[in-house]
Amino acid sequence: MSTDLVPLAVLMFAVTYPSRAIGLLNPAMERLPRRALDYLQLVGPAVLAALAAVNVMVATKDGRSIFVVGLPWLSVLLCIAIVAWRRNLFLGLIVAVAIAIVGRANGLA
Amino acid sequence: MGPIEPAALRAARRQLVLDGLGIIVSAAGFGFVYGLTARTAGHFSPIEAMAMSLIAFGGAAQFAAIGFVTTGLSWPVIGLLTFLLNARHVLYSAALAPWFRGRSMAERALAAHLLTDESFALAIAQFRRIGRFDAVGYWYPAIVTTLIPWNVATFAGVMLGDAIIEPSRFGIDVIFPAAMAGLTVGLVSGRRELVAALAGAAIGVASSLAISPTIGIIAGGVLGPLAGLIVPPAATGAGGPGGRETPLPKLDDVTP
Repeated sequence: MSTDLVPLAVLMFAVTYPSRAIGLLNPAMERLPRRALDYLQLVGPAVLAALAAVNVMVATKDGRSIFVVGLPWLSVLLCIAIVAWRRNLFLGLIVAVAIAIVGRANGLA
Repeated sequence: MGPIEPAALRAARRQLVLDGLGIIVSAAGFGFVYGLTARTAGHFSPIEAMAMSLIAFGGAAQFAAIGFVTTGLSWPVIGLLTFLLNARHVLYSAALAPWFRGRSMAERALAAHLLTDESFALAIAQFRRIGRFDAVGYWYPAIVTTLIPWNVATFAGVMLGDAIIEPSRFGIDVIFPAAMAGLTVGLVSGRRELVAALAGAAIGVASSLAISPTIGIIAGGVLGPLAGLIVPPAATGAGGPGGRETPLPKLDDVTP
C-alpha cells in the first residue's frame, strides 16, 4: 500500500498550523482594541457565508471559475429558510439533502 | 469572567450538543465524499487518505489537494495553495484568542490543530452564549462533531470508494454548503452580522470568478466584516471575554 503522499500530508499540516495557531498562541491577540474585536466578531458570518456561496455558485471548468445555477441553490436556500424559521440546523440539512435527492431523481441538475 | 449558574451551563451545553448533531451529519457526509474522491479520483491509498484527514485535517484543502496531486502540481506549490486556502483560520484563531485567556499553552496548541470552520462556529456560539470559555464548548465541537466523524467517514469513503458511483445522487454534495449557510444564519444576530455575511458571500463569489475560489473565500472573510462595520452597532447585551460587549448569537436556538 502506497505511503508516498504521507509527507505531503505533513507539509499541508506545516503550512496550515501557523494560521490556526497564531491567534491562540500569541498573547497580543488578547489585548486587541474594541474596533478590532468588533471586526473579529463579524469574521464568522462573513467566512461561513463566503464558503457556502462559493461552494454552490462557483464551479471550476477547464481551469476557469464559472458561475453556476443549479439544484444546490434550492437546497441551501431552503436550509437557510428552515434555520431562520425553526432555528433547527439538523432539520434544515435533512430538507436540503431531500431536495437534492428528489430533484436529481426527477432529472434536475 | 464571572461564575455561571450550573443550570444555565447545563442548558447551554445541551444546546451545544444538539447543535452539534447537524455538524456531525455534515462532517460525516463531507468526510465520506472526501474519502470516496481521494480513492476514486486521486487514487490515494487508504493510508494516504487517512494521513491527510488526521495530519492535515483541512477539509476543503484536502479536496483541493486531490486535484493538485492528480494534475501534477509540485509539492511546494501545493503547500502555498494550501496555506492560502487555510489562511482564513488566522481570523478564527484571533477571534477565539480572548476566550482562551488563562488557558495553558499546551491546550491552546492542541486546540489550534483542531480549529475548523465547524468547530469555530459551534465554539464561538457557546462562548458567547455563556459569556466565558467553556472547555466542553471547544472540545466537543472539535473532537466529537468534527474530528471523529470526519476521520471515520473518510475511512468509510475510502473503503467503499469503488462501490458508490455517484454520491451526488444521494445529496451528499449539498451537506457542506447547507451546513455553512445554516451556521451563518445562527451567527446573524443583527444588521452588522447580516451585512457582513451578505458582503462576504458577494465578495467571495465575485473574487472567485475573477481570480480563484481560494482567493474568493479569503477575500469574502476579510472584506465582508469591513462592510459590516459600516453599519451602526445595534444595542448589545451579551458579555464578551473580559467584560467586553459582543453581539448575542442566535445559534443557541438552532436545535433539532
